[in-house]
Amino acid sequence: MEIGLAHYLTVAAILFTLGIFGIFMNRKNVIIIMMSIELMLLAVNINFVAFSSFLGDLVGQVFTIFVLTVAAAEAAIGLAILVVYFRNRGTIAVEDINMMKG
Amino acid sequence: MLNLGAALPEIFMAVASLALLMLGVFTGKDRSFRTVSWAAVGAMIVALVLVITGEGGAAFSGQFLADPFARFCKVLILIGSAVGVVMTMKFAERERMARFEFPILLMLATLGMMAMVSASDMLSLYVGLELQSLALYVVAAIRRDTVRATESGLKYFVLGSIASGMLLYGMSMVYGFTGSTSFAVIGDAVSNGELSVGTLVGLAFIFAGLCFKVSAAPFHMWTPDVYEGAPTPVTAFFAVAPKIAGLALFVRVALGPFAGVVGDWQQIIVLISILSMAWGSFAALRQNNIKRLMAYSSIGHVGFALVGLAAGTEAGVQAILVYLGIYLVMNLGTFAVILSMRRHDRMVEEIADLSGLSRTKPLMAAVMALLMFSMAGIPPLAGFFGKFYVFKAAVDSGLVTLAVIGLVTSVVSAYYYLRVIKVMYFDEPVEGFDRNGTELNVIMALATIIILVFAFFPNPLTDTAAAAASALFGN
Repeated sequence: MEIGLAHYLTVAAILFTLGIFGIFMNRKNVIIIMMSIELMLLAVNINFVAFSSFLGDLVGQVFTIFVLTVAAAEAAIGLAILVVYFRNRGTIAVEDINMMKG
Repeated sequence: MLNLGAALPEIFMAVASLALLMLGVFTGKDRSFRTVSWAAVGAMIVALVLVITGEGGAAFSGQFLADPFARFCKVLILIGSAVGVVMTMKFAERERMARFEFPILLMLATLGMMAMVSASDMLSLYVGLELQSLALYVVAAIRRDTVRATESGLKYFVLGSIASGMLLYGMSMVYGFTGSTSFAVIGDAVSNGELSVGTLVGLAFIFAGLCFKVSAAPFHMWTPDVYEGAPTPVTAFFAVAPKIAGLALFVRVALGPFAGVVGDWQQIIVLISILSMAWGSFAALRQNNIKRLMAYSSIGHVGFALVGLAAGTEAGVQAILVYLGIYLVMNLGTFAVILSMRRHDRMVEEIADLSGLSRTKPLMAAVMALLMFSMAGIPPLAGFFGKFYVFKAAVDSGLVTLAVIGLVTSVVSAYYYLRVIKVMYFDEPVEGFDRNGTELNVIMALATIIILVFAFFPNPLTDTAAAAASALFGN
């Protein structure tokens, strides 16, 4: 069986959906939310690289490098905020993040 | 073509923020806060002058476009940010959060906003948006010793990251199905009025991500918590500059690359706008915290501004820009009042704390009452004209139902604005507030004067907004 563009897009769509579900279904731990966010961004990267290769256009791969760089910065900031939150609250369970009701 | 001149304000802001970072590091931690803050305000004013006097044009091989639309939005953003930094200074020193990083983070966020309203390619849009968002996540949690501020930072981070993920997924779909990330090329690809399914999916994801960023319903759930938990001057900043930048970006994306398919996205925007106006009005009715009230109020205002986008016409864009200008002034004035709500050197945030303000501080009560009337859209104050222009644009393009729903929700929202006035004028006075700083009084006075005289001199704002809107439509 030939692996075509549709296969890559399907994998990326599945990963992206898993990422979204991981954020909204998970009741345990904020670290899992961070992993889910990372999963979403990586799904996007698969999309970009697949399209880039399929279109014969380099912009998609350049975009991927940018996304990777920003994702690293985002993870660093997210973990830093999580650390200061843990210092104040002593827990990072998702259901305990409820000081304010929205 | 590099053409650095077009991006001069951004380059200046980037260099200035790095220079101030060095200044802060080498002069030691807390002593330099005031110096760095005033220098940041100065840098923003210089950038403002550069934006106004600059020649504009495209730069960086079509990644960046400083057209009159972008310049108009940058002026609003820079005013909002500069006033935001000024409002922060005294507060930060009293609340022991006077770290020099704070004004620098606001500068970097402002730089990100300036870059994103000038974006003419998905790549520069993404980088600008993330520069803004990453700086703002940190700013929300800047009071790292309190649970509420860190919790609001955490919530903002998680929901902001989801928004970025959705936006990126949409961009990747649009890239794949149109073959480019450049707004101009995407615009050509969809100009025959037909969207492929993939592009439509991408468009929906991009809009969902942008709705998160401007906190339009149904993607608004982070707003009340972040506004309540973040320190008040930070909330004031959040309510102004990123909102304006986000809405400008929304207009830029919807009417730039996707201008040819207005019919496909108009329904989405109409729905989002109705939901935001309704949610912003009804959910605010039962709020007791003034910062939460402002959060719902800002959700409602985003809904009203999106009415102009739903119209999809040049008049609609002009109406949005005028609305944003008035929104900027009203919010800065209101937050100057909220920042004055201090008793025994501590912030108080309940609406009930304003009781009897008309007797303890009559002038401040009068200012707040005028601002609330203006927010509710009562003529002849500026807020009325903002709403009038967007509804007129909607009616002119046949969206009569949307305009009627907007009017009804506007009446509902008047209830909670008037409740604040009722509390100030008719409830028994409680203890008065502490003396507030000169800078807050100046901001209140300026905001009041502007909303009062706008009815007589609307032309400076409406004419520049018209020029900016016509530039977006390419005439």
